[in-house]
Amino acid sequence: MRVVVVGAGPAGLAAARAAVHQGASVVLVDAEPSVGGQYHRGENIVVPQGVEHLPNTAVWALEGTRLHLRTGPADAPDRVARVLDADALVLATGAHDRALPFPGWDLPGVVTAGAAQAMAKAHGVTIGKRVVVAGTGPFLLPVADVLRRLHVRVAEVLEAGSPLAWAREPAGVFAGRAKVAEIVRYRAVLPRYRTRSAVVAAHGTDRVTAVTVAKLDRDWNVRPGTERRIEVDAVCVGFGFTPRLELAVAAGCSVQDGFVRVDERQATSVPNVYAAGEITGIGGADLARAEGEIAGTCAAGGTPSSRLLGAARRGRTFAAALDRVYHIRPGWRTWPDDRTLVCRCEEVDLGALRTSVEEHAALGLRSLKLTCRVGLGLCQGRVCLRNAAELAGFPYDAERFSRRPIAAPLRLGELADTPLEPEDPEE
Amino acid sequence: MKVTVDGTAVPARPGQTVAAALLAAGRPTWRDTRGGGRPRGLFCGIGVCFDCLVVVNGVPDVRACQRVLADGDDIRTQRGAELPR
Repeated sequence: MRVVVVGAGPAGLAAARAAVHQGASVVLVDAEPSVGGQYHRGENIVVPQGVEHLPNTAVWALEGTRLHLRTGPADAPDRVARVLDADALVLATGAHDRALPFPGWDLPGVVTAGAAQAMAKAHGVTIGKRVVVAGTGPFLLPVADVLRRLHVRVAEVLEAGSPLAWAREPAGVFAGRAKVAEIVRYRAVLPRYRTRSAVVAAHGTDRVTAVTVAKLDRDWNVRPGTERRIEVDAVCVGFGFTPRLELAVAAGCSVQDGFVRVDERQATSVPNVYAAGEITGIGGADLARAEGEIAGTCAAGGTPSSRLLGAARRGRTFAAALDRVYHIRPGWRTWPDDRTLVCRCEEVDLGALRTSVEEHAALGLRSLKLTCRVGLGLCQGRVCLRNAAELAGFPYDAERFSRRPIAAPLRLGELADTPLEPEDPEE
Repeated sequence: MKVTVDGTAVPARPGQTVAAALLAAGRPTWRDTRGGGRPRGLFCGIGVCFDCLVVVNGVPDVRACQRVLADGDDIRTQRGAELPR
């Protein structure tokens, strides 16, 4: 019985450990050189005992439960190919920061909150000396705090939403009381925390030198007359997270409300394929670990304890409340102007997007892509398509737009010499 | 480790990514776009945005936030769309 776990963050590590505990032969595949994922970046996390770890390995395609892998330095043309068959698969591919466009958001020095945190935690490198952190959700606080610890001057932390909305979520607060209590850890940055506020423009020529910040109304429209200019040399933005669904969609898993649909055993709609962590809902590391342990146990044929199932249930109650409290409001669509890039790769601005809709009669996201090239560049819409859909007023279908036969970047030469069968077929 | 950026030696530590070394060396920008020639550097830090592309040992389109430096690496800033040498 071979269980393959993709992703070595908290969910994947817990899944691998649990599957080994059930007696399965476990392979843990991860794109990073060491395990831990984004959450444990920079920490010394060890591979669970008995797990075969494939580091620096991209899963670039999935056919059923057959994985096509490339191992080696990122984007090198000569990575080693391998084909691996799994009896059961646990997908724990995580999520990446969502960034919303505003004038100047493509200037160097404007980075995602996750990027700033990764640089700080893994390398002790900071993205600037005087920084503003802006966006929505509790993730802004640890990012501001890690920068502060590295002697960055965090001028302000701007939360676009209003945490007062927690007052309407008593069940969520109770379920997440351990997480809520963590706020004291960030007391050093709390004096600089402003709610219903955002960075609505970044200024500079070769890099960001200043930002305009403003107060927002309930719908995130700028309240006129509240704009202020702050000198900074970097900006960190994070408006929640976008799950990385490519492999789940390639496996045929059904997606609901933008996340992989799972039952209480973390089973997806596809037999022998399980999902855990942020691709099933954004709920933080504790929930990811609980889900991972359930997924790994079930993937290897075991039965999770009721204690574990209860922990995951409580985590999901908290995650659902988090989503409601920090939901993105439609007023952000007034922040970009016609010259603001929506698609960073193809350099498509909002004006071009509007022309596509108003003059070229684009009827949906597909025709929008074809008429103005939004989302057709190197990132394949991973950064911009949700934003483009909302700006154009079209529905965003996460399942449809995560359908990529080639799930991770691959050079054509690598594609050309792809082995089709496993080198070591199992008896 | 010995690493050069556009021919100049840059300090680098084992395990560091190209992006980390460039930022630590005080360089926020190391690419420009093929359309408008806009300056770019680190953005997503997680390998999804493709803003941080550099040329590593003659191979273009390498994500600086994903590539871990190796001793002797020759890093070059990338101008627009480049073809491999």
